Amino acid sequence: MGIQWEAVIGLEAHVQLLTHSKIFSPASTAFGAQPNSQASVIDLALPGVLPVLNAAAVECAIRFGCAVGGPIAGRSIFARKNYFYPDLPKGYQISQYELPVVQGGTVTALVTPRPGEPYAKTVRLTRAHLEEDAGKSLHEAFRDRSGIDLNRAGTPLLEIVSEPDMRSSAEAVAYARALHTLVVWLGICDGNMQEGSFRCDANVSVRPAGDQRFGTRVETKNLNSFRFLQQAIEHEIRRQIELIEDGGQVVQETRLYDPNLDQTRPMRSKEDAMDYRYFPDPDLLPLQISTEWVERVRGSLPELPDAMRARFASQYGLTAYDAALLTSSRALAEYFEAAVRAAPDAKAVANWVNGEVAAALNAEGLPIERSPVAPAQLAALVARIGDGTISHKIAKDVFTALWQGKAESADAYIDAQGLRQISDAGAIEALVEQVLAANPAMVAEFKSGKEKAFNALVGQAMKATRGKANPTQVSDMLRRRLAG
Amino acid sequence: MSLTLADVRRIAHLARIEITHDQAEATAAQLNDIFAMIERSGRVDTAGVEPMTHPLDGVQRLRQDVVEPPPEREELLRNAPEQQDGLFLVPRVIE
Amino acid sequence: MTELAHGGLAQLSRLLEERQVSALELAELFLARIDRHRSLNAFLDVRPELTLRQARAADARRAKGERGALLGVPIAHKDIFVTRGWASTAGSRMLEGYMSPFDATVVEQLAAAGMVCLGKLNCDEFAMGSSNENSAFGNVLNPWDAAAVPGGSSGGSAAAVAARLAPVATATDTGGSIREPAAFSGVTGVKPTYGRPSRWGMIAFASSLDTAGLLAASAEDCALVFNSMLRFDPRDSTSVQRPDEDFTRSLDMGLRGVRVGVPAQFFTQGLQPDVEAAVRAALEQLRQLGASLVDVELPNSPLGIPVYYVVAPAEASSNLSRFDGVRYGHRARAFDDLNDMIKKSRAEGFGPEPKRRILVGTYVLSHGYYDAYYLKASKVRRLIAEDFQRAFQRCDLIAGPVTSSVAFNFGEKAADPVSMYLADLFTVPGSLAGVPGLSLPCGFGDRGRPVGLQLIANHFDEARLLGVAHRYQVATDWHRRIPAGF
Repeated sequence: MGIQWEAVIGLEAHVQLLTHSKIFSPASTAFGAQPNSQASVIDLALPGVLPVLNAAAVECAIRFGCAVGGPIAGRSIFARKNYFYPDLPKGYQISQYELPVVQGGTVTALVTPRPGEPYAKTVRLTRAHLEEDAGKSLHEAFRDRSGIDLNRAGTPLLEIVSEPDMRSSAEAVAYARALHTLVVWLGICDGNMQEGSFRCDANVSVRPAGDQRFGTRVETKNLNSFRFLQQAIEHEIRRQIELIEDGGQVVQETRLYDPNLDQTRPMRSKEDAMDYRYFPDPDLLPLQISTEWVERVRGSLPELPDAMRARFASQYGLTAYDAALLTSSRALAEYFEAAVRAAPDAKAVANWVNGEVAAALNAEGLPIERSPVAPAQLAALVARIGDGTISHKIAKDVFTALWQGKAESADAYIDAQGLRQISDAGAIEALVEQVLAANPAMVAEFKSGKEKAFNALVGQAMKATRGKANPTQVSDMLRRRLAG
Repeated sequence: MSLTLADVRRIAHLARIEITHDQAEATAAQLNDIFAMIERSGRVDTAGVEPMTHPLDGVQRLRQDVVEPPPEREELLRNAPEQQDGLFLVPRVIE
Repeated sequence: MTELAHGGLAQLSRLLEERQVSALELAELFLARIDRHRSLNAFLDVRPELTLRQARAADARRAKGERGALLGVPIAHKDIFVTRGWASTAGSRMLEGYMSPFDATVVEQLAAAGMVCLGKLNCDEFAMGSSNENSAFGNVLNPWDAAAVPGGSSGGSAAAVAARLAPVATATDTGGSIREPAAFSGVTGVKPTYGRPSRWGMIAFASSLDTAGLLAASAEDCALVFNSMLRFDPRDSTSVQRPDEDFTRSLDMGLRGVRVGVPAQFFTQGLQPDVEAAVRAALEQLRQLGASLVDVELPNSPLGIPVYYVVAPAEASSNLSRFDGVRYGHRARAFDDLNDMIKKSRAEGFGPEPKRRILVGTYVLSHGYYDAYYLKASKVRRLIAEDFQRAFQRCDLIAGPVTSSVAFNFGEKAADPVSMYLADLFTVPGSLAGVPGLSLPCGFGDRGRPVGLQLIANHFDEARLLGVAHRYQVATDWHRRIPAGF
């Protein structure tokens, strides 16, 4: 035994587009309304209704296509995907089949395998197309009934299909994260996974390493967090390998991930192979997208995550990892650059943003946009460390004060609390004399070879000045006095 | 090309229309007549001909992204066979 | 009062304008006629209070100084158009009692012009049929002969106008459902260019073919109503945007210099001698009025029926999927689970013809058959459409029969779907090409049953189509004949 297996993974992401109204109806797309209060006659598929296409949904698709370098179809067609399900009012979904709006492209992600070094992975896209979301079935409130809410029916979706280029759950999650970052960055999706704005299905198959043929692939649905995505893929890989090694065959099917049991199971409704009977929707005419429109959109794109990440690394001398963290969202990147404009030590700023700021945001579950500490404030604080006014340790206290709104600026707090670092040579000399005189036992220990005693003496100096003494100067002075 | 009973049952399932055995036989016969008639169009040469999905050439008009208030929920639920708390009710859906 | 009902829309419009009659009086007159002739079964839903309320409102508008050719004129709508106030069933048990929260655009447009709705008209279920024998709510009788079908799917519309229960009726034409019943019932029926009347609020049968139109006593009557009805609608993506037109502007154009094309393919064996005789006499009449007759070819038109019976059922099979008993419409009472509920609801709600067409449509779209059937038929459709464009280089209008026979008897074709489908032989090609066409009465055939002359124009040429028809109707009086007893 001991076949080396290789996993082959492709992802389909369904991205809810940030438009005000639905893709084919003028009802609102806002989340959380009372059931069936945001559904138009079109969304209910009442007899006699017809779809009309929302320009903003098309604009979102073009933005995406430009950002991933995918060709935008000059002419694309909407097709009906026919199947019966209670949350699908028309008995078909308006989607695209042949001739989708985006016909390729790539997404590059930074993969952080454990163990191993981070590396860049480029995933090719097969296509991205526009379609409408279905409604929701609610099961909990009823005993033998399900309740259908059509508020979500008709919300514009961009379905983004990747080639089966990924080979591990780490690569799949990295790609999903990069895609998530990108669509939020472009302003075409709010990225709220709990609300279902960004959903992934994973197609997983396995094959003997080195084999060129694809194994039978299994689709896994209901993956609404990156953690579930990772777990479901790993489970599915294990399941398929075990099945094959036990002599079984992988069945092409659709499975649901159950996060409570950490396993996938077949979906009942998808048991029979679906024949969707795609055909061009006769209620809609071909979508024409001019090259002028595409160029206009291309020209209006912001600097994209990949480009910004590379620029941060080179312009600010940051590591790839730090640059990646800072470009995980446009808002964070803008925060960082605003801070750097006021405090040119980019590396120091980067460390603070990725360190203290990130930690404080996480602790309170806040996004960077709601940081109580503005970039200029952070910059001023970093500058005061750089010019020796305060030590790094004191700076953390100042940061906390700023965060909690106890001070308007670093300077104001430093002055009010008297936190200026003591760095006058005379004062340091006097301090050192004081410490040496007060701690003869430690001096003796040091002179007998215990290096630890040195740190204890430094500690005494810091304690005597309540941390305000410049630790480097104290250290230097002590060394000189004890050597001499 | 002749439809079998199995074909008829498969299509009836795809179309979600219940069909009894007797109905399936009668339907198969009628459908076969219809398909015999349809088959005549298969003999024409259509090499190089674009399919026609709309009789007039045209491109899709785009709507401005403006929200319009929907009808009152009661209006929308008015014809519902079964409803509660603003939801359309159906027999329990099992995934 | 009967003379009023026989007069036709243009005349009623004049009388209203001259204050010789009020909208209320007209409404009462036609409601009484409808009630007296209930046995025709042309109407499915009549609500006199609603009608009279609309009539009073029209009179009030006129009293305030408003004027308009259609203000106060009564109309009835085929039950394929959704209406608030009246039920909308599409002739099916699936939608029995269904109350739409909105009006079809066509209904809205004509109401805005002041027309008064007399009620909803019977039709073949979901507009599928050629004899109105497929209605879940009973057959409609042909006012000319109670043993004869009125035609379909707009049988109620045709019978109502023939019996002068309404001066004009809306209808829809997908493969001939206006022109064929117009011919069978001896009235004028006009199908405009596809995309000109809005499809918003038309219960969909075949989306790329369904076209709203009118039945009335004359082409002039239709032209007057078209002025309010053939307009761009932003709610319909297939609605055509063109400058506003006055469709009555060419009524007096005359036929001098008009080239009328006569397609060989419409005069094949199968065309009954009585129909051929009346149609040829009508062609001769056109020639005497100044037109020149030219031979044209529509070589692919015999393929129209096979193409139509792939494309239309395919689109219908998808359009009718929304009828699942979930949000509206018929839901079965007894079922095991969700799937069973849907299957039983659809089996109980749909009659045999919609079921047949759904099954055909599902099949031709299904995996492995799409290319051979649906895709192939779509290509042949283009060949048929191109035939018309070539013909219109040699002529201005095409003329020929509407049907191969006069109205057949009830039950004669009901057992054999394919023979029923062949009733659409001459109308389906124009439908596939989306060109406007009409049927006007041109005589009587076997058993005294009416014969219709078909005129077909190129896209957007309705004004000329109506003008030629009007000229013929000025010179003849077939269209003024009323069946006995009405």
